Amino acid sequence: MIKLELQSVGVAYGRNVVVKDLTFQVMPGEMVGLIGPNGSGKSTIIKAISRVISLQSGKILLDGKDVFKMPRGDLARLLGVVPQMSILPSAFTAFEVVLMGRNPHLGLLQYEGARDMAITWRAMEMTATHTLAERKVGELSGGEIQRIVIARVLTQEPKSILLDEPTANLDIRHQVEILDLIKNLCLENNLTVVVALHDLNLAAQYCDRLILINNGQVHAQGTPEEVINSRNIKEVYGADGCVYTHPVNGLPAVLLKAGNKQHAKPRDTIERGIV
Amino acid sequence: MSLNQLKPSFMEQGVPIHFPRRRRRVYTIVGLLIALGGVVAFATTIGSVQVPFLTICRTLLSQLPLVDITPTWPSTTETIILEIRLPRVILAGLVGAALAIAGATYQGLFRNPLADPYLIGVAQGASLGAVIGFLLPFDWHGMGFLIIPVLAFTGALISVAIVYSLARVGKTLPVTTLILAGVALGALWGSIVSYLIITSGERMHGILFWLMGSFSLSDWSEVKIVLPYVVVGVAVILLYSRSLNIMQLDEEQAQQLGINVEKVKLILLAAATLITAAAVCFVGTIGFVGIIIPHAVRLIWGPDYRFLLPLSVLSGAIFLILADIVARTALAPTEIPIGVITAVCGAPFFLYLLRRKKRAVFF
Repeated sequence: MIKLELQSVGVAYGRNVVVKDLTFQVMPGEMVGLIGPNGSGKSTIIKAISRVISLQSGKILLDGKDVFKMPRGDLARLLGVVPQMSILPSAFTAFEVVLMGRNPHLGLLQYEGARDMAITWRAMEMTATHTLAERKVGELSGGEIQRIVIARVLTQEPKSILLDEPTANLDIRHQVEILDLIKNLCLENNLTVVVALHDLNLAAQYCDRLILINNGQVHAQGTPEEVINSRNIKEVYGADGCVYTHPVNGLPAVLLKAGNKQHAKPRDTIERGIV
Repeated sequence: MSLNQLKPSFMEQGVPIHFPRRRRRVYTIVGLLIALGGVVAFATTIGSVQVPFLTICRTLLSQLPLVDITPTWPSTTETIILEIRLPRVILAGLVGAALAIAGATYQGLFRNPLADPYLIGVAQGASLGAVIGFLLPFDWHGMGFLIIPVLAFTGALISVAIVYSLARVGKTLPVTTLILAGVALGALWGSIVSYLIITSGERMHGILFWLMGSFSLSDWSEVKIVLPYVVVGVAVILLYSRSLNIMQLDEEQAQQLGINVEKVKLILLAAATLITAAAVCFVGTIGFVGIIIPHAVRLIWGPDYRFLLPLSVLSGAIFLILADIVARTALAPTEIPIGVITAVCGAPFFLYLLRRKKRAVFF
């Protein structure tokens, strides 16, 4: 049960400041969504927390300990990351790739034992990738690879999971399945979850709290209802009046329409509300 | 749902697929070890004086501790076997093992199937260092033996650093830039070596002969110097073989899986470069072993570095011992430079790899 804290974090690529003075906390059992336009710094924040890029200022604490002062192996036992684009070595089998998640738990000369195998298999069952176990990852589709990477992160047995666009390559059924799985894991194991999402609808459906990032700074944070409203969407994305209420659960929902009036369909009556 | 709640029955059933076929892999390693022993014995039977295979085996066994075989053969036979043929065979095996594992390590580190000590200019850097060592005004049988490996290692290390920084595009190391940088640097070192040889006067012939790659001058003193470098280098590389597997993901994922990528990279580069330099400084340039062997092993036994590396060591040793047999018997009593043999085997294989569009299939 660990808490993730960012204290006035700043990140820069050379002179180009990408994230400025970012402060937020994520509590155990909480699933927090990072939303914002392309280039707003969502991926950078994920990379900074997982120590792939270094900070210019500020501190990131995981379980009260500075992430940048921990040995990498210790960090990998606490924190698992699903990157946006995962390049996997194509000649390895899916099982071998998922088994790599055991690395932080093994010593230099140690070989994976029965328990490691069982954990790996369990993670593959949970992500419905066990049927692919002996296939070479080079033969798999984008969605299958995404689920393999999630299985690998589960195999790490982390206390906290970061996901960068985990649904980017998935069809709608798998989008829901993966986010359901992550949400369940988060609740049952009290995991600390941060997920960067493009899809505002999914973000509203699954996240307890949303942080809207714009130009590397927090534009708004709070519950989905507080963050996804016409004013914020207009200010950050420059898109007009497309926030509605989800007809089933009342959460905010975003529907798009063609920006150019000429391309818009004549029946422009949907603004009355759905159904 | 929790991973921690593994049912006991599930633990007993184990994983319903045959991973990682560890037993089969152990058998493979043992099989190759036996094959290596056979090849060593076979290689020592071949030469201008005919010695029966059984005599060879008994002579070799009699050298082992705790084995008591009374010699029934003339002492000249023993001298031929132990002082002339055996060191040569063992040096060939060591160099083959070193080049093969160095090639496999470079390929893994650069995530590039064409990385090889010769193609990326490391071996040429080592030869330049070694040639400078030969030309130093020292007694080459005394100090030279210590200084030449150090100079070869320095040359190789400088080359790897230059090629790596030249070929790098952002975070990746594309095939084309790697080969271009390696070939260009190798050519530069080669021309400096040529210049040094031309101006070296009376020592020219010896250096030229060495440079073309030959085991004909090998004796135990060379084996004694190469052996520790190769053993230490191979041990270090094997220690990090799981890390090398994980580094086949990209660097970002490897870091997120707990690998200190920069540190591991540095250690593996140093180890691979060290054994390349050790191999080059006594037997000259022998190309293509570092590319044929690891790829053949990959094709047959798969990409897992924990097995790829030890299997490359054994196969590389076997391959170079066999190549050396051809080198000294095909045109006997004239010796063919062993680099010619390996190039004849390796160049077509290299072209085949270069032509492959789907490098994905087995890398």
